[in-house]
Amino acid sequence: MEAKTKDLWVFVETKEDGSAKNVGIELLSPGRTIADKQGGALVALVVGCGVDQAVEEAATHGADKVVVVDSEEFKEYSTDAYAAALTTLIEKYGPASVLIGATPNGRDLGPRVSCRLNTGLTADCTGLDVDDETGCVCWTRPAFGGNLMAVIMCPDHRPQMGTVRPGVFKKPAASGQKAEIVHEDFHFPAEDIRTKLLENIQEAADELVDLEGADIIVSGGRGVGGPEGFKVLQELCDALGATLGCSRAAVDAGWISHSHQVGQTGKTVGPKLYIACGISGAIQHLAGMSSSDYIVAINKDADAPIFGVADYGIVGNLFDVVPALTAEIKKRKA
Amino acid sequence: MNILVCVKQVPDTNEIKIDPETNTLVRDGVPSIVNTFDGYALEAAARIKDNAPDTKIVVLSMGPAQAEAALRECLAIAADKAYLLTDRAFGGSDTLATSYILSQAIRKVEDTEGKFDMIFCGKQAIDGDTAQVGPEIAEHLGYPQVTYALEVQEAAADQLKVLREAEDGKQVVGVGYPCLVTFTKPSFDPRFPTIKRKMAARKAVIEQITAADLADIDLGRAGLKGSPTKVKRTFVPPRKKSGMMITGETPEECAGKLYEALNGAHII
Repeated sequence: MEAKTKDLWVFVETKEDGSAKNVGIELLSPGRTIADKQGGALVALVVGCGVDQAVEEAATHGADKVVVVDSEEFKEYSTDAYAAALTTLIEKYGPASVLIGATPNGRDLGPRVSCRLNTGLTADCTGLDVDDETGCVCWTRPAFGGNLMAVIMCPDHRPQMGTVRPGVFKKPAASGQKAEIVHEDFHFPAEDIRTKLLENIQEAADELVDLEGADIIVSGGRGVGGPEGFKVLQELCDALGATLGCSRAAVDAGWISHSHQVGQTGKTVGPKLYIACGISGAIQHLAGMSSSDYIVAINKDADAPIFGVADYGIVGNLFDVVPALTAEIKKRKA
Repeated sequence: MNILVCVKQVPDTNEIKIDPETNTLVRDGVPSIVNTFDGYALEAAARIKDNAPDTKIVVLSMGPAQAEAALRECLAIAADKAYLLTDRAFGGSDTLATSYILSQAIRKVEDTEGKFDMIFCGKQAIDGDTAQVGPEIAEHLGYPQVTYALEVQEAAADQLKVLREAEDGKQVVGVGYPCLVTFTKPSFDPRFPTIKRKMAARKAVIEQITAADLADIDLGRAGLKGSPTKVKRTFVPPRKKSGMMITGETPEECAGKLYEALNGAHII
């Protein structure tokens, strides 16, 4: 399609309670930079049911305009209804670029929309910029399990689209400015939704692992040695208010459930602090945690690759060092 | 049931090394494998066949001639028939072009194999990691999709029941036929090939499909030319400058110093 404007759109995914998922608000930061460089407006697209709170968040965090679709059939995410909403509105308004958070739903939705619009989509980006020469968005993304970074452009098709990894960009500060809000009366017949949610299996509260939203993660690998070893890490988690993570080796060994796994076949995380205990640092693991602000590595093997990405490293037995650190934190907090 | 599994041959990313001189990927001597997630998709198809032995499993791969090896492996594990989609005109395709070509090929394969009830793909390939080709094939074909599937719970006559990973738990989703499902890592290990199947796979005929076989294809939408996204450049991610190693006589001393460092930098 032809772009009708130079605007940049950010799809703001909503939660069940009608608030915005973090990544949608985060993307208003790079969205502002790109929109300014391209000379367009920054528009947030909020889709859901009962989403006033998300609209308010987008409107006060830097968007020039918020386009809203608020209707019963969008209460729970479905590929069919959401893809129809995005495609229809993108065609109507003609933005030059569209950013979507690379959440599970975002990565389910993005390719449906870009394909229907016959345009390019760059997956799971960790960097965004504008090419000086052409004015196109430069999408930077990891490939080969994080071994290689690629800079992608979409020169001749519009809109330019990408999914962007959560936690890479910081939310913009709330501004006094308030965006223009446009309600779109868009509906999708419920009977045309071809997938039916039959059962929602919520993880029990003690099994619910929010690695993506965690500020601090304490993570264990092969060096933890067994399920009992994770108790030592859990104590450090409790002292720090951290979330427990692990490497694939620990899941494959059956010591801990997959919901804790960080890395290429697990979760991609970006906490303020990542403490890797007994993790050697295979490239697949690094791919999932290397965008953490600070990394601490505790490992017996001084040559372990994890030390190559660590800000602070301790060569030693985690069963000595971790309890000592837990004790130190408890002592300081007391 | 008639199931198509799409597979990709990929370099084993565990084995990939960076050349420290040129800062580029060393791919020579890196073994090629069936994309791990595609293996999970094949296993899901095999489990349906375990319950319904009249199920047919067809595998399709787009790639160079060497990708035949990946298809033979699939035949050894569970597939009944294999098709290789190969043509120079397809080289350099991005996800949109790849999914377009595959959707055209699927229609072609259906002329011989009959209409597929389900198309199974891995969630993503471990080299590109885009997770886009599956949903884009579904879009080209106009099919509903279920992504991040862990396992098929039931392939009933009227609908497929899929257990999938959701953001805060799991979901059971029902979807009618035909549909496309992309698979992630299940809680069980995929099966290994038997010696008997391996022998048979070695001798099996792999059908080749080229651009000339696809009557309706618009080659302007294939290959580098037909790809809206272009790789501008690639680079090896900069390694962090080595961090600070904390040493001490005792674990307590190390822990104390680490605490000071983290607290001093306002991290904790």
